[in-house]
Amino acid sequence: MTPEASGGLAVDAEVTRGSFTLAVTLAAPPGQVVGVLGPNGAGKSTLLSAIAGLTPLSAGRITLAGQILDDAATGTFVEVSRRPVGFVFQNYRLFPHLTVAENVAFSPRARGLGRRAAKSAADHWIDRLGLASLADRKPDQLSGGQAQRVALARALAGQPALLLLDEPLSALDAGTRLDVQAELKRHLADFTGPCLLVTHDPLEALVLADQLIVLEAGHIVQHGTPAQIARQPATDYVAKLVGLNLYTGHADGPQVKLTAGGTFIIADHGLHGDVLVAIRPSAMVVSTQHPQPSSARNTWPAKVTGLTLLADRVRLDLQGQPPALVDVTPAAVAELSLSPGSQVWLTVKATDLEVYTRTSSQP
Amino acid sequence: MVTRTAPSHLTAPERARRAARGGASRSVPAPLLVPALIAVAFLVLPLAGLLIRAPWGRLGVALTGADATQALVLSLWTATVTTGVSLVIGVPLAWVLARTTFPGQRLLRALVTLPLVLPPVVGGVALLLAFSRVGLVGRYLDYWFGLTIPFTPLAVIMAETFVAMPFLIITVEGALRSADQGFEEAAATLGATRMTVFRRVTLPLIAPSVGAGAVLCWARALGEFGATITFAGSFPGQTETMPIAVYYALETDPDAAIALSLVLLLVSVVVLVSLRDRWLRGGSVQ
Repeated sequence: MTPEASGGLAVDAEVTRGSFTLAVTLAAPPGQVVGVLGPNGAGKSTLLSAIAGLTPLSAGRITLAGQILDDAATGTFVEVSRRPVGFVFQNYRLFPHLTVAENVAFSPRARGLGRRAAKSAADHWIDRLGLASLADRKPDQLSGGQAQRVALARALAGQPALLLLDEPLSALDAGTRLDVQAELKRHLADFTGPCLLVTHDPLEALVLADQLIVLEAGHIVQHGTPAQIARQPATDYVAKLVGLNLYTGHADGPQVKLTAGGTFIIADHGLHGDVLVAIRPSAMVVSTQHPQPSSARNTWPAKVTGLTLLADRVRLDLQGQPPALVDVTPAAVAELSLSPGSQVWLTVKATDLEVYTRTSSQP
Repeated sequence: MVTRTAPSHLTAPERARRAARGGASRSVPAPLLVPALIAVAFLVLPLAGLLIRAPWGRLGVALTGADATQALVLSLWTATVTTGVSLVIGVPLAWVLARTTFPGQRLLRALVTLPLVLPPVVGGVALLLAFSRVGLVGRYLDYWFGLTIPFTPLAVIMAETFVAMPFLIITVEGALRSADQGFEEAAATLGATRMTVFRRVTLPLIAPSVGAGAVLCWARALGEFGATITFAGSFPGQTETMPIAVYYALETDPDAAIALSLVLLLVSVVVLVSLRDRWLRGGSVQ
């Protein structure tokens, strides 16, 4: 069964805005959360607004459950208000003059229910999202996490066949984000239609999405499960997001000659040709002297150019052949008295290198 | 040249002020202070004169004189009807100007705002040419319906609307332009048609501006003189509004003129106070 016929979303579309072009092909089966990950200006929000009908396509088509929403070739276009779409906006856009209950009842009412029927439809979602005690509040009396729940309830109350979430957690402070994220995951699991979730936070994408699409400069650069993408990033951007060192190179049996200079000894996969090598920053060992011979096969000199304190560790920016990002403990930084300019040796085991073929579609 | 430190005295409150707000001396140089004081005197003295010369003892008598009461009542109800009419037709026009695009829109906006700068008497002449019994439209109104507009209370309302409605329109249009259209987009994704969006989201969000525009429109209508006297004349009880009554009473019954002027002054002060948040908050208009 094709996803379109079973209630899925199919997008094969182009949106041109001035000199920017978004060209995307994707399919979201019902019940699945498709994460759209990408840097600012990649076209993530444009994609959502095209699907919602706020931006018409310049080429291609969008279908939902086999029904055309927008088709540039034939001119078919379903107006925003007629699309069975629930949209959770980045800053929620809750109507400030309406109470929580009225916000949630807005869609049922706008879609033609009477006052009383709309209220009972809203009550269902208010209960379901645990908002009963907040029903009479105005949006400016809500915390970030509560507003997020109201926004979700408001979108779901219209009984959409498709859910669009634009950076649903970015307006929250770090403290509440994890709780709200866990809660959002539960509610998304209950939603039976396809769901598109735009984010620039890789962790959010990894936790919430069933499959991931990475968008850069209007194009999809990688598509796969979160695990695949986290382990084998296809571009520098993705590698940075998931916190991996990524190198391009040329494999020849047990050796990879890197484009940026240097050579890695790898566990032989019998690979030949263009490959990507990913290394976790915590997999590398930093020493201040040339290490003793050991089972680790790769050792090279490097210079510390920067130190960044992360939550529980320090990320070292190292210049060498190749350059690298390495995570060490604050205690290690103190003990080795590392500072910008320090000369060090880097060591990494061949088995800690993730080596995979570079496909042609990947830049 | 060497800058010499020349100590001066800083009072404790001034110290506190500078510490709180920052900034250097706030003293006013004489070449600015003197003209500023002249301007203040020029604006305030006439109003003071009005208050000083007011027949406070017999204010009640002056205001309850038949002509004065008639003018007061006529002015109040025509200004109110004018505001109502302006809301009904002006707010939709403001929406059209702010939320749609069509050829000639800039020209239309210019035409709509023209009455703001047009001498009201010219507006009166124009209304007369359009709606008098021999006017462009008036002749058909007369011919088909036997309707004669000039020199009736209806003419007063039309003259006031012509002059005052643009105040409402530009206020509301400005509010619509600066309003966050994200809410309207959100409403559309929730299934609301454009009309529902307007009724349930746009209008409630700009309600404070609509209110301010209505107050402004009402105040302008209440003070309307030139267009009204040209198009509607000055028949006591029929078309003689307060400003017109003041003008004529000045010759026959100065006390009544001053009393009516005080009423208009009071109304203006009330309007100003009601709009203070928008206008009197130095600099930043919301």
